[in-house]
Amino acid sequence: MSPQPNQNGDAESAGDRTKAYWRANLKLLGKLLVVWFVVSFGFGILLQPFLDQFQFFGFKLGFWFAQQGSIYVFIALIFVYSHRMRKIDRDFGVED
Amino acid sequence: METSTLIYLFVGVSFALYIGIAIWSRVGSTKEFYIAGGGIHPVVNGMATAADWMSAASFISMAGLIAFLGYDGSVYLMGWTGGYVLLALLLAPYLRKFGKFTVPEFIGERYYSDTARLVAVVCLIFISFTYVAGQMRGVGIVFSRFLEVDIDMGVIIGMTIVFFYAVLGGMKGITYTQVAQYCVLIFAYTVPAIFISMLITGNPVPQLGLGSELADGSGMYVLEKLDAVLVDLGFNAYTESTKSMADIFAITAALMLGTAGLPHVIVRFFTVPKASDARTSAGWALVFIAILYTTAPAVGAFARINFIDSVNDTPYSDVAEVYKNYEDLGLVAWKDKNKDGKIQYSAGAPFDGKPDFDGDKRGASGERVITNEPTDNANEAYVDRDIMVLANPEIAGLPGWVVALVAAGSLAAALSTAAGLLLVISSSISHDVMKKTFMPHISDAQELRAARLAAIVAIMIAGYFGINPPGFVAQVVAFAFGLAAASLFPAIIMCIFTKSMNKEGAIVGMLAGLVFTFSYIVFFKFVSPELNMAENWLFGISPEGIGFVGMFVNIGAAFLVKRFTKDTPQDVQDLVEDIRVPSGAGAAHSH
Repeated sequence: MSPQPNQNGDAESAGDRTKAYWRANLKLLGKLLVVWFVVSFGFGILLQPFLDQFQFFGFKLGFWFAQQGSIYVFIALIFVYSHRMRKIDRDFGVED
Repeated sequence: METSTLIYLFVGVSFALYIGIAIWSRVGSTKEFYIAGGGIHPVVNGMATAADWMSAASFISMAGLIAFLGYDGSVYLMGWTGGYVLLALLLAPYLRKFGKFTVPEFIGERYYSDTARLVAVVCLIFISFTYVAGQMRGVGIVFSRFLEVDIDMGVIIGMTIVFFYAVLGGMKGITYTQVAQYCVLIFAYTVPAIFISMLITGNPVPQLGLGSELADGSGMYVLEKLDAVLVDLGFNAYTESTKSMADIFAITAALMLGTAGLPHVIVRFFTVPKASDARTSAGWALVFIAILYTTAPAVGAFARINFIDSVNDTPYSDVAEVYKNYEDLGLVAWKDKNKDGKIQYSAGAPFDGKPDFDGDKRGASGERVITNEPTDNANEAYVDRDIMVLANPEIAGLPGWVVALVAAGSLAAALSTAAGLLLVISSSISHDVMKKTFMPHISDAQELRAARLAAIVAIMIAGYFGINPPGFVAQVVAFAFGLAAASLFPAIIMCIFTKSMNKEGAIVGMLAGLVFTFSYIVFFKFVSPELNMAENWLFGISPEGIGFVGMFVNIGAAFLVKRFTKDTPQDVQDLVEDIRVPSGAGAAHSH
């Protein structure tokens, strides 16, 4: 089913709107996946030996990201995505 | 009350609760049986997903693994949580929008091919049976340790309980029992962790306790002390890596991608009302999972400290009773190499392989006699990592009701995961193989009967493997994740994110990823285990992490084949367009 026309959708076709919606989604996805990669593979693994020289409470910083920090960021990422997508869905008139 | 009475009480009450829910949530249609009618609240679904996901391995084994692996254990923590980000961002909302019943069904329709659907069914069954055998074994071990029934009887009791709510209630019964099981297991995991964190650091929050100073007045941090003690005993420092960075990277990636490709997890997101609910629900699932996963590293570190304190340089006659119980089960062993009557614990294996006990014969200090040839290092203690979570409360001297809680919690973890797996196995048989491929004319009532029958057969097979575990159960865990990462995950991603991927490409891709990953693991684990070391590995990646490479093999093969074969038909391209926007999902389609 194609999306319902919305108030600013008269000029552009439904197909164009869907494409623009998909681009907006991919842009947001891309940004969040960069953060996902940086906190886990970056801070927790590749940069762990470097970050371990810094102390974070009783943790070495790289170790903390690997066993605690990355997980907290993962949760935040999903809720940020969910929240932002609701707005994007509304803006393009494709909310469910 | 006696601890054993409390255990019977806690386990009995929790089982009665699960059976009660099963009877209350009986179902009458395939839609209810497969996806609980599609009307589960996102938070409820998140909780059920968490119980579905956290298995006997998460509950019983993970903290023990971390205790002995230290930093290297991080691969499980990041790998088994990071996959949820991929699920929420790349998979769940689109699969929910598609709105059918099973993962192979999605792959079959998107790639307009019965062959693609059947290949997906094969991947799904292999992944799920590998997993479920381990759960049944876990149930058996908990029963034998805490309730003193033998392992086989324990497996049969577990099968009966799962039979009740999986066969009667299908996805609906499973969803509500999983919510109850989540509450039981998370309470059972966190309560002892809080007690132990208080004892060791004085901080009641284990996540903070792990970063606090010890309560023994030494002024040292927990991890600092652990590093110092371990290095002193000849081990690697707790917070440092012993594996190559490439391997740690690949294992973490394979576990993340595999998590996002596990059918029993994906299918949970078919049960929420809307595509946008699938996103939030994945977030809630990860919140509920993270409560256990951020506690586990603290439990692991505290357990290692407790273990060293209570065992090293202690006369055998003085060690806690709990060790002797586990020695009777063959999970702990001691060989008094220097004949001083005290247990010395240090780096290296005390002898080759698992302990080989000489019947019930006892040695000079009363320990069980082992016939293995000792190694020439100073370590005398053998300990199975799996006992760490189960024994921890007893080692720390916690009250009986906490021990009983842990027994009920580990059973909840094993049963909830087993039920979820059995459901995806039975629905792929009755729906994808029978209804969708070979017997399209059966009625809804007949299909429901077939689904129940398939669930019964699947429970029997799982129980058989629980009672007669193939020697390789532990070694094939890598299979489940590697195969999911190399087969289902990339196939589903290409369903959504490319419009041009055609059936030939997808089928060849799945098979290429599957065969490559399967052969690599079989070669190093079974054909030539003596070659299983870093210098022989492809790019220095161990069999545990090879699914990561398998994913690229899959995608590469798929795009190569696509270039030389026919384009995707227009109606399938329209289907992809439709999946990408949330509007118009409504209730799940009925057939």
